[in-house]
Amino acid sequence: MGKVLFMSGNDACVEGAIAAGCRFFAGYPITPANEITERMSRRMFEVNGVFIQMEDEIASICAVIGASWAGLKAMTATSGPGFSLMQEGIGYAIATETPCVIVNVQRIGPSTGSIFSQQGDVMQARWGSHGGCYENIVLSPYSIQEMFSLTIESFNLSEEFRVPVILLSEAAIGHLRERLVIPEKINIVNRRRPTVSIKDFKPFKALENEAPPMAFFGDGYRVYYTGHLHTVEGFPVLSLEKYPLAEEVLKRISSKIRLNIHRITMLDARYINDAKIIIVSYGSSARAALRAVNEARKNGIKAGYLRLITLWPFNYQKIRELCSYADVVIVAEVNNGQILYEVQRALPSKNVIPLLKLADTHTPMEVLAKIREVV
Amino acid sequence: MHLLSNIIRTERLPHEFCPGCAIGQVYHYAAKAVEELGINMDKVVFLSGIGCNSRGVGYVRFDSATTLHGRAIAFATGVKLANPNLTVIVVTGDGDGAGIGGNHLIHAARRNIDLTVILYNNRVYASTGGQLAPTTPYGMYTSTTPYGSLEEPFDLCSLVAAAGAVYVARWTTAHPYKAINSIKKGVLKKGFSFIEIIGQCPTYFGRYILKTTDPVKCLKWLIENSIMKESTSKIPAEELSNKIVVGEFVDKDRPELTEQYRILREKLKLQLV
Ligand SMILES: Cc1ncc(C[n+]2csc(CCOP(=O)(O)OP(=O)(O)O)c2C)c(N)n1
Repeated sequence: MGKVLFMSGNDACVEGAIAAGCRFFAGYPITPANEITERMSRRMFEVNGVFIQMEDEIASICAVIGASWAGLKAMTATSGPGFSLMQEGIGYAIATETPCVIVNVQRIGPSTGSIFSQQGDVMQARWGSHGGCYENIVLSPYSIQEMFSLTIESFNLSEEFRVPVILLSEAAIGHLRERLVIPEKINIVNRRRPTVSIKDFKPFKALENEAPPMAFFGDGYRVYYTGHLHTVEGFPVLSLEKYPLAEEVLKRISSKIRLNIHRITMLDARYINDAKIIIVSYGSSARAALRAVNEARKNGIKAGYLRLITLWPFNYQKIRELCSYADVVIVAEVNNGQILYEVQRALPSKNVIPLLKLADTHTPMEVLAKIREVV
Repeated sequence: MHLLSNIIRTERLPHEFCPGCAIGQVYHYAAKAVEELGINMDKVVFLSGIGCNSRGVGYVRFDSATTLHGRAIAFATGVKLANPNLTVIVVTGDGDGAGIGGNHLIHAARRNIDLTVILYNNRVYASTGGQLAPTTPYGMYTSTTPYGSLEEPFDLCSLVAAAGAVYVARWTTAHPYKAINSIKKGVLKKGFSFIEIIGQCPTYFGRYILKTTDPVKCLKWLIENSIMKESTSKIPAEELSNKIVVGEFVDKDRPELTEQYRILREKLKLQLV
């Protein structure tokens, strides 16, 4: 076994990032993400990386993208209001296929809300940037161990698919403290770089299920990035008529994710095979759900537990397979109903019912009561 | 082969700018400055935001990006901190750099990070159709000030100087050699340099304000209406307020940000051993 530590989710996130090779952090103070920014301000210097506190969250995401172009694994961390400000930058990272990681330690909204925990940004994480013709990756950690391991996974997926990955945490997880085991061996994915001659390099040319290799600024490839609709060479499409392949890159930025959904999907399914009632949940809600399902099983109720670790891309097919035997599916989440509707889309002929709460986290008793109600 | 094909992406020509636009000149000055300084062009990065001004980066043969409206300096901060060996040049506009992006401009100057910012000022929002900019002269008619502007414009050089830039100069496209020279100084300067270039926009500033779309007339107007900083005391104050004061405003030294990072890292390394 590796080193055993005791720390908060936000601290574990920083250690995961460093283990993944993150060497650039830009951020702006906001509760409940401050511990990430503060720990980074110390730790980045210790690992010869860069920390900078920018003038706002817009500047933070932009600096992160710039650092990624220059060759560093880069990330930022924020919460609700800051996440809203970052949306234009996140869309730009998607369009320019710039790897980076955005940690959103969710707090209650709308607006300033407060610093209580909530899971309200699930849809914003998916659709927050304008012009929705894109796919991205959003992961939801439910423990301190996962604040560590999913931060690493976020970097790995981000580097492999050249896409911003959002680690969608919550105040309840960021501020939770529990055991963290640092594994002895950690799998790290590094960016693929071009091997062809400078003359032959087309920066945005790749198969439909992959991201192209990426040259760093200063490598001599003289790459040009733009948020404009661009050709495989990277230059703006000035007329749709003149470029028959105008949509090639636009299509690929979605297909590279969609065609790899089986590899990106992470789920935690327990007691599923004979379950008549399945609780679908994620993040902090899943902690209550697991406890409730265990209790229900002790009482002879055939309850199952399905935790979504990858929220986006949403794997409808897999959910359908796993829930095929169930009569009732309960979706527990801390918002007005977001993943609920995705599960209903995945299971159109099943009874999918909500267990919603607007603030804080579910308790095991609340979940158990709901299970009892539908038995 | 095109004479400038080492610095211009000639395969992308013809360009998309209006006839007589100043943007070609501004990028020419910047690329020329880099070429004359003899810096390894593989290590030069050009970044821009959004606007007519920003489209130019797609035509220069460097590592480059057209970023988001107003945000080029924030991207540049990331690039420079991540790899301080790169020479990072930002080309921005008055709306881009001083309107939506004004906050990044003053903070980068305050931090004194080694960037060279060239702000092409046409005193309107050109690419969106000639609307009011934070640099439009008082009383002027634009697409969004049909009764004349009620706002005073920014003096950008004073603003950036007050924020802490170590090199600040203003020229017009009627002062090409002075502009190139200032860009060279800015690139060589360790710290935040700011070069404002007032340029003609025959399509909007020309048509709306000077009542001409003739680029030569627009350029003549720039010459006639600019005055060297050193001569400002010779004319009355009220006359001066209508003039474009050109020259070098700041040329000083103070600790640069990436250099301070380097020093701090060295210090910490000794402590950590
Ligand atoms: C967030 C955002 N708001 C508005 C725009 C639309 N827009 C594009 S360019 C521009 C103004 C550019 O003005 P300036 O920087 O002066 O550049 P010019 O076109 O005059 O060179 C605006 C408002 C945008 N692209 N993004």
